[in-house]
Order: sequence, then structure tokens, then C-alpha cells
Amino acid sequence: MITFIVRRLFATIFLLIVVSMITFAIFFLIPRLAGQNSYELATQYVGRNPTRAAVLAIEDKLGLNAPVYLQYARFLKAIVFGTHYNSGTSTTYCPPPCFGYSFKTQQPVWPQMVSDIPVTLSLAIGAAVIWLVGGVTIGIISALKRGTLFDRFSMGLALVGVSLPIFFTGLIALELFSYKWPIFPNVQYVSFSTNPLLWARNLVLPWIVLALLYAALYARLTRAGMLETMSEDFIRTARAKGLRERTVIFKHGLRATLTPIVTIFGMDLGLLLGGAIITEVTFSLHGLGLFTVEAVQNQDLPEILGVTMLAAFFIVIANLVVDILYAVVDPRVRH
Amino acid sequence: MPDTLLEVDDLHIHFPTDDGLVKAVDGISFSLDRGRTLGIVGESGSGKSVTSLGIMGLHHGSNARITGHIKLDGEELVGATANRIRELRGSKMAMIFQDPLSSLHPFYTVGAQIAEAYLVHNQVGKKVARKHAVEMLGRVGIPQPATRADDYPHQFSGGMRQRAMIAMALSCDPELLIADEPTTALDVTVQAQILDLIWDLQQEYHSAVIIITHDLGVVAELSDDILVMYAGRMAEYGSAENTFDQPGHPYTWGLLASMPRIDEARLERLVPIKGTPPSLINVPSGCAFHPRCRYAGFTDGRSQAEVPELREVAPGHLVACHLTGDQRRRFRTQLDLEETEASAARMTKGDG
Repeated sequence: MITFIVRRLFATIFLLIVVSMITFAIFFLIPRLAGQNSYELATQYVGRNPTRAAVLAIEDKLGLNAPVYLQYARFLKAIVFGTHYNSGTSTTYCPPPCFGYSFKTQQPVWPQMVSDIPVTLSLAIGAAVIWLVGGVTIGIISALKRGTLFDRFSMGLALVGVSLPIFFTGLIALELFSYKWPIFPNVQYVSFSTNPLLWARNLVLPWIVLALLYAALYARLTRAGMLETMSEDFIRTARAKGLRERTVIFKHGLRATLTPIVTIFGMDLGLLLGGAIITEVTFSLHGLGLFTVEAVQNQDLPEILGVTMLAAFFIVIANLVVDILYAVVDPRVRH
Repeated sequence: MPDTLLEVDDLHIHFPTDDGLVKAVDGISFSLDRGRTLGIVGESGSGKSVTSLGIMGLHHGSNARITGHIKLDGEELVGATANRIRELRGSKMAMIFQDPLSSLHPFYTVGAQIAEAYLVHNQVGKKVARKHAVEMLGRVGIPQPATRADDYPHQFSGGMRQRAMIAMALSCDPELLIADEPTTALDVTVQAQILDLIWDLQQEYHSAVIIITHDLGVVAELSDDILVMYAGRMAEYGSAENTFDQPGHPYTWGLLASMPRIDEARLERLVPIKGTPPSLINVPSGCAFHPRCRYAGFTDGRSQAEVPELREVAPGHLVACHLTGDQRRRFRTQLDLEETEASAARMTKGDG
């Protein structure tokens, strides 16, 4: 088990390096291969209508005229140890993990992102709890009561849930519960440490809207998995032992059903941690998703690069956790 | 002292489906004494598995219609509450299945799965149950049972898995053990070991055993009585000697002819039964076997028109066939003759 984890850890580190290479290549190598010289590249990092001197200063500061491998080494080093951007007399310090320095906001990228992480984290984890509990419960009941009114109704609802886009359900939810009947008025992020109650109350709508989509998906997945598991031979064996039906369902059936769902859950959560873009935009929650949208709108390359790296990091880590969890759950993976 | 443990009387198990009524079991009666073994034989779809699952209350589908009687130690199981049958399952009657790998839960250790069976029916702690599980594993011939108990099913070989299944089934000393094709998924070399094990344990526990199989070799080795099923009905029922030495039903003749034998030095050719088992929704009229039967034309059309009653052809030997005793003897002799001639012809050809 320990060797398994160590092996996965090394693989994860390797994967992160590959991710950094690809991201670096997209931002610094491909423009060059497409024929841009370092001066033209530098113009994209300055504000609008820059003077030639300002562009040259940026080019020098970012070291864009250095060979590519050296640039990549500096890029990696900055992430791990932080870096100083020097140009003539002016020095800018960018502390680790330094994903770059935005010349448009005149700040390092990371500190700007850090304040947005708790928002996305609160949104994603809260929604995840709701959809996991809700979706899986509905899926189990549906499977056990296959063909009944409950099953048909909930699966119909699930179909609706999967089909409706968040920006639609989100706006409807806001219109109904924030304006018409202000049960959850002015949705905005309040940090958990400031006021846990307000934090939860303001996130209820986004949670439900985001969870609805996934809950529908998970309900269908769980139902299908449960139906398959309950017709397995080992379920018949469990019954032949004389176990109570409750034990058969929850100890033997659910255990086998949940294993693949854990995998999908890990991936989904990892993906969401990189920014629940549509939900955040719909509810104007300033998390990583909204940060990304603004960065793209402003064509702020260092910010886009930073958020790309962070999102990739979350997904890779989620992958690692899923792998380890899978080995804990399924003994066949361990050996 | 022969004491009857299980009595099945006129058992019907029907499943209503969208395509029609599936008569999986249609009028089965037999009785089984403690310490005796009954072999139920038949092709796929003959209803032999459903019969055993019905006894255990494991036939799936809550819409199944069961009529008739199943009496276990005098207690009526047809119409008993689900909870009562559950209590009997695993304690008084136990079952082992065809494929031991898929029948064991992949995520729990073998020891835990056996201990679980003991825990449901006995008021003991986990430690006692675990000790018992290890003991059972040892008894079914698993080496180093204390360490192997912590292994998962995928770490066991096929034969060991079936041993573990047997250990699980026997962990509460059941009086009735049902083995549904216990050796089908195993290597030939392991098959004999498993059958020996079942035999030994039966002697030890003095339990009643039902072996369900399509392999007459298995039945010949273990059974005291044999029940041949066809299309959910009884074709022949009698002691093993009678059924093998004087088989009365043309279907049994077919089964015997299609079985390889090593006790006879002849180069006998295996004769398959022509055709396929009938659908249990549209069972042929009259004798369900008549479309495949060579002798259906000798009964003045009764095979096509009337369902044959079970008749006693010898004491305790029941056959459901319209052929008269004389006809049966004549055709049987004729068959033997044909076989001998055919093999003799092959041997001459082989020599030349």
C-alpha cells in the first residue's frame, strides 16, 4: 500500500512537470514558433498603446530574449522559489509560488488568485456535498424501487436537471428566491470566518443550482450502478447467508456501487476547484472562475497562465486522491 | 433411522412476464432424508436451478407465483414470511453456487465473509466469529487458514474459492445443503476434490444434500436418488442404481448416451440429444419432450396430446412417459444393440 502511494506520488510530480511544460509552451514557445519575436511577445504583456521604451523594459524584465530552455528554467524556479524581476534599476519581487507578474494590474498574479480560492472552494465543496448526498440517495431509492412512481418521477427530474444549463436555472433561482420572494437576498460571498451563518445563507442558491446539474447525473449513475450490482452473484450469496435485506443493500450492494462513483466524484470536484465559471458569473461570486473570465477579457496573459496552472494542479491532485481512495476501497487495485 | 428433512410436493413456480407466463417449475415432488443426496439433472432451462432457489426463497422477482408445498423439517416454507425464510437461510439450509469468483464479494476478505455468515445466526462477538471462520477454512482444506482468512477472493485459486464458499455455507451446520453446479466453473482436477469434500462433509455433518448439475458423472458419484427434470417437469425420479441401470425415460437415455464414460473400454461415440430445450413460455403440448423424442410416434398420438403422468415402473422408480413397459424394454435393447454395433464397426475400421 505504501509503495503504491509512493509510486503514485512520483507519477503525480512527473505529471505536474509535464503540465508546466505544456502550459509554458503554449504561452512562450508557440507564439515564437508562429513567428513572433520577443519584442512582439512583450507588447502583449504591457497595457494599451505602450511606448517602445516600455515594451523593451518589459522584454528585459521578463527575460523574453533569453533562450527558451533558460526561460523555462526561470519559470519553474519562480514557481518554486519566487523570483525578482529586474530591469535597469527597478526590481520587482514576486514571492513563491510565482506564476508571473501582471503588468496590467501591476501585481504578482498569485496574491490576486489566493483571495479567490476560498470562494470557489466554498462553492464547490458545498455543492459537492449536496449533490453527492442527494444524487446518490435518489439513485439508490430509484434502483430499489425500480418502475415505481418515485423512480419514474425522479429519473424524469434528473433528465430535466441534466438538460438545463446553469445560467438558466441560476437566473430563475435568483429571480424567484432573491427578488420575488427574497428568502436569499443579495447573494454575495461572505467569508466563513466573518460570519458562518451568512456565509452559508448566501451560498445556498449557488450551491443548489450547481448541485442540481451534478445531482441529476449522479442519481442516474448510482441507479444504473446499483441495478447492476444488485443482480451480481455475490448479492445472491449475501442473501443466501441469511443477511438482512438492509445489510445486503448497504454493506454489500452500496459498497460495490460507490467505487466507480468515487472516481468520477474526485474528477468532477477537481475540475470544479479550478473555477465553477458559469455559476460564479451567474451569481457574481468572485472566485477563480470569475477571475479567469476577467483575465481573458483583459487579455492578461500572466493571470491566464496562473489560473491554468492552478486548475491543472487541482485536477492532478484530485486524480492522485482518487487513485489512493480507489486502492483503499478496492483490494484488487492494491495488489 | 431414515428421517425426512425436506419434502417438496407439487411445487409450481411461475413468473408472469410481458411475453407470457414462464412456468419455470411445473409440478415437482420429491423428498429427501437426512444423510442422503439427491441429484437434480437436466439441461439449461429445465428449471433445476429455480427449484433450488425456490426452496431457499432466493428466486428473484417478487411477482413469482409459488404454489405447492416445501416442508423443511416439517415447517412449511411456501407462504412463510420473508423474515422467517431469511432466518432459516444460512442456518438450517445453505447453498453454494456455480461460479465462486463472482459469488464472493470482491471487496471483503474471505475470512470476513465467512464470519459474517456465522455472525447473523449466532449471538457471538466478532472475535469468536473470526476464529470460527478460520476453523471452517481449515476444515475445508485451506492450508494456513489463519493467514489465508485475510486474503481477498481474487488471491484465491478457483478450487480454493469454492472451498471457501463451502466453508461459508457450512459455517452454521446447515441440515440441508444445496449445491448448484458446484464444479462447473472448475478445472477437472479440482472438480473431484470438491466433490470429495462435499461427500466427506456430508458424512461428518449427516446433512441432506441436493446437487444440481447437467453433469451425470457428478451425480453418479455422489447421489443416492436422482431427479431428471425437463421443461420444469419431472421426467424421471428414482434411486441412482435404478436410474442409471434401468433408465425409463427416453430423455434420460439421451442424457446417458451423451455422457462420456471411461468405465467401458469401447470407443463409444457420444450421441447428442437432437434439438434444443423448449421455451418455458410455450411448452410443447402433451409430453414436453415429444418434439425431440425418437419414440413419440409409438404412443398413438398420446405424447402430443396428453401430459404423461408419473408412473411407478419399479418400486420407488417413477417415470413420466407414455411408452408401455414392453416398448421401453424393446427400445432400450435396440439402443444398446445399435451402440454396440456402431462401436464394433468403428473398431474394425480402425484395425483395417
